[in-house]
Formats: sequence, structure tokens, C-alpha cells
Amino acid sequence: MAAVESGRPQAAKLRWGELEEDDAGDLDFLLPPRVVEGPDENGIKKTTEYRFDEDGNKVKVTTTTRVRKLGKARVSKKAKERRNWAKFGDAVHEDVGSRLTMVSTEEILLERPRAPGTKEEPSVSEGLGPVQPGAVLMVCRTCGKKGDHWTSKCPYKDLAQPPETFVERPSTADAASAAPGGAGRSAYVPPSMRGGGERTGTEMSRRRNDENSVRVTNLSEDTREPDLLELFRTFGPVSRVYVAIDQKTGMSRGFGFVNFVHREDAERAINKLNGYGYDNLILRVEWATPRPN
Amino acid sequence: MRPILMKGHERPLTFLKYNREGDLLLSCAKDHTPTVWFADDGQRLGTYRGHNGAVWCCDVSHDSTRLVTGSADQSVKLWDVQTGTQLYSFNFNSPARSVDFSVGDKLVIITTDPFMGNPSTIQVKRIAEDPEDQTSDSVLTIKGPQGRINRAVWGPLNKTIISAGEDSIIRIWDSETGRLLKESDKESGHQKTISSLCMFTDKSHFLTGSADKSAKLWDTRSLTLLKTYQMDRPVNAVAISPLLDHVVIGGGQEAVNVTMTDRRAGKFEAKFYHKILQDEIGGVKGHFGPINALAFNPDGRSFSSGGEDGYVRLHHFDPDYFSIRM
Repeated sequence: MAAVESGRPQAAKLRWGELEEDDAGDLDFLLPPRVVEGPDENGIKKTTEYRFDEDGNKVKVTTTTRVRKLGKARVSKKAKERRNWAKFGDAVHEDVGSRLTMVSTEEILLERPRAPGTKEEPSVSEGLGPVQPGAVLMVCRTCGKKGDHWTSKCPYKDLAQPPETFVERPSTADAASAAPGGAGRSAYVPPSMRGGGERTGTEMSRRRNDENSVRVTNLSEDTREPDLLELFRTFGPVSRVYVAIDQKTGMSRGFGFVNFVHREDAERAINKLNGYGYDNLILRVEWATPRPN
Repeated sequence: MRPILMKGHERPLTFLKYNREGDLLLSCAKDHTPTVWFADDGQRLGTYRGHNGAVWCCDVSHDSTRLVTGSADQSVKLWDVQTGTQLYSFNFNSPARSVDFSVGDKLVIITTDPFMGNPSTIQVKRIAEDPEDQTSDSVLTIKGPQGRINRAVWGPLNKTIISAGEDSIIRIWDSETGRLLKESDKESGHQKTISSLCMFTDKSHFLTGSADKSAKLWDTRSLTLLKTYQMDRPVNAVAISPLLDHVVIGGGQEAVNVTMTDRRAGKFEAKFYHKILQDEIGGVKGHFGPINALAFNPDGRSFSSGGEDGYVRLHHFDPDYFSIRM
């Protein structure tokens, strides 16, 4: 129920000593009558009334009510009688406009913990489960492990990129963790030469991926990587998603990046999703620099 | 669902109870004034004025004419549901905590807290047909369980009394002699104070919730542990659905999370579990504080939750709730 203004009862007596000069007497006859536009097909009822407010101004009060049928209830005879009981205790002086009972403005759902029908994985990484056919392959550029986490979630992201011999890898099954020769601890090993990652094929694609990077701004507070992934994957395979999170509050800082494998998909995503309404905000989707040629 | 929010209490809720037909909802809170609402649209019908302390528990008779409330002001009061008049007051030496009408409404279980040297007691009092004839005599008094008894209810056919409390042990007493019949197993039972207990409609099993972050389902006759539902927070309230194989559990806050401010307020949730599979079905968020009371409407089509925030949230289930598959 959305009431614009709750008016006082129609027959309010005006004390003649408090009236403004030209408002002597009850001028209700000057007011147009109340108009009720009955419930339409959406159940919306509009009541338009007129009254004088304290300063003597004519005020139009429009009350919009939505009558919603919650459901049918089979009511016993006694229950029906109880409906007509008089109010007692503190409820005696309750007027109809009291805000004690309100319907929630938010729709609340019974939130399922995971997709119904699937079994829970013992270790569920943030949002993305084990690799299914056709899903995104998570590659972490820092430690080069596949399928476990993205670069921003890498356990080693704060350290200098670990050179080869410095290995304290988490003990899950690794793909090819080939220990390369050379590179002592002290020498700097450029990323492309480090082992444990994929070699030239993906390096090139990775670099190209950065040119297929799409920046998304005006994200809502609770948007996270899985949400962006779901939104953008319809345009093509996504190699990486990232959402900037404020560490203190855990909220999204409003922007993020999506890396597509194919440039054309990124282009289509930008064209389709720029200006798209998502979670009550209008998204801005554009190329992340460098700009396309 | 669009829950209906009812803010009739200024202080945290302690207990919620539907009447047998499911058209009235009674709420008890720490603000001394139990309130009755219509259970379909949440409109307030009235309040029962008279207590001087937090009201911990209430029960309503089969025909919805009598209400009994237990309060920290050391009294248990009997009220006329329709008019709000107080019919009788049982006075004790310590705060009264749990009340429960027997089948037939002729007897009521009242528990009192340990206070000033007095141990906790479970008392059975007779309820007279005519309030004029009401006396304070106890039919039975059981003294002795260690610690506070948080809830004591009638067993099937009024033959037994089931009590649960701070010492985390569930006890079954004979309701005629007061003899202790059974105790729950210490190993498999709760490890911390049991905060809440809910009987299934036919009283064949019941659910207890404890500060040890779990809720457990027990068989009434043998007191065998049937199921355990794991929560991530201390449990304050439990309820069993009369219609489907669901249980709902509500709780407090993990100490760890106290400092994490979340601007998206209202994140305390009531968690639904499948009664038999023990899997979590989902959660219903919305309360701004820990959930202290839960109750299912006897028709199983709606439920309400009461929180530390003073709100009662009344939820009518969406049609797809009834077709949930696990």
C-alpha cells in the first residue's frame, strides 16, 4: 500500500479564532467530492480527495492502493467470528493508517544454497566449481595453476612472482608442473619463461586477451565475479573476470573487467550490454584501454 | 514472498505461537506486552496488559479462548483471548519461563528459573473451567534439574513431560508421579544450552535447538537421536513444518562476524532444512537482528519469525515452495 498522504478525518472542526482572515466557516462545500477509481486489472485503486490543510490551502490528496490477493484460505466458522472481534489493549486507538503492519517492499526469496539437484563439492571455490565441458578454464598468471583460482585470488598474489625453485605449491593435482632447468632463486625469471604455466600458445592468447578486455562500470554493490561471468558468457568464451572489491566492506567498488577469448565476442558484448539495466543500475560497458584500432 | 512486517514490540521477541486454526498469531517479547495478530494479513487485534517483566512464553487453548503467559515478573497469567482481561495470576518465587497447555487444556506445565537459591522447578497446575474457581494449587512439582529449564512440554496423551534447558540434557518425566523416565545421551546430544524445543503435531518426534550451533530431531518415545542439522551460528529458535518434511532453524550471530558491517542490512536468516535428508533447502533473510522465535502456521502454508530487532515477519509461501525437490 503506498499512501501519498494520510489525511485527517474529513469532518475536522476548524476553530474560528485560528482561521485565516478569509476562511471563516466551514468551506468544505467548495471542495470537489472524493473520487474513487476502483480496482483496475492490476488491483490498483486510486482515491482522490480534497481538503483544507492547516493554512487554509486547498490540498489534493491522492491515495494509491494496490489490492493484492495473497491467497485463498479455508477459514473455520470460529475463525471468521474472531475476525470481527473488537480491538483491545493497546490496539484500541489504532487508526487505519497506523504503520504497525506493513508489507515488505522487498521481495524475499527462499534462497537455495546451490543449484537444486547437484551435490555439494567439498571445496567450492568462489562461485565456480570444477571444470565442466564448455566452462571457463581458470588460469592464474601468478602461480600458473589451472582450474583453481583466478590471478586476483591467487594465494601468492602478494608475493613477488615465485621463481621456479621457490616452490611451496598447494598440493592439489597440478597439470604440467614441469620444473625448468636454470633459474636460481636470485635470478629474475620473466613470466613467459616460468614453468608450471602454459607455453607459447597461451601466452600469445593471453596477451591478446588483454586486448579483448572489456571494462564494466556502474556495477551494484553486491555484484561479484560469478555474476559478471554469467552475464557475459553468452557472447562467447570468457577467459577472465575481475570485480574490484573494497577489502574493508566486502562490497564491489562498482567496476570490473571481463576478458574475452575472441575479440568479436567482446565487441558484441559491448554493443549489447552498454546501457543494459542490471540489478537496478545501468551498466557502462566499453573497451578497457588500449582502445581498438 | 512479500513478508508482512509487524512492529508491535519495542523490545526483542521471545516466542511466537499460532492458535489451532491458524488464524491468530500470538507474540511475546521482552516488552511486557504479549500481542495477538491476525495471521493472514498481520493486522493487530489486541494486547494483553498486566505483566511487569519480559514475557518468555505463551500458549493458547484448543478453542482459542484462553491464553497463558509466563513472565520474568515471577507470574504466569491466564487471559481471556478475546477481550484481553486477565483472569488469573499464578505467582512464584522466581521468574517463570515456559508454559504449555495439556491436551484438553485442563492442565498447564509451568517452569520457573533457578533464583536466589531456589532450584528450577517444573510445576503442573490445574486450569478450572470457570476462572472464578481457579486456584494456585500445583498438581505436581518437580525440582532439581541443574540450570535453567528453557522449555518443558507435554508428551503424547499427557502421559509425560519433556524438559530441556541449560544443562543440555533432555529429560522425560512421568506426569503423574514426577519420576524421571529418560535422559538424553550426553555424547550424541547437545553440548551446550538447549534454547528451544518444538513438538511435531502428532508429538511423535520433536526438534531441539542449541547454542552448540546445531538442531537435533528426537523420537519422543525412546528419546533416540534421529537427525542433526548443522548451523553456522548458535540456534535460538526451531520449528517443524506440519505439512512438508521441512524444519526451520533460526539463530544468533557468530561472534566472528560482529565487526563486519554490511550495509545491505537484514541479513539474519531463518534456514530451512529437509527434515529427513538433513540438507539445507535454503534461507529466508530479512531480520536485522538474531532470530529468537519461529512458528509454522498449522496449515503449513505460512510461517512467522520474530527477531531481536522487535519485528515479527509473517511469510506466506510462494506456490513454488510446495514443489521444492531435493
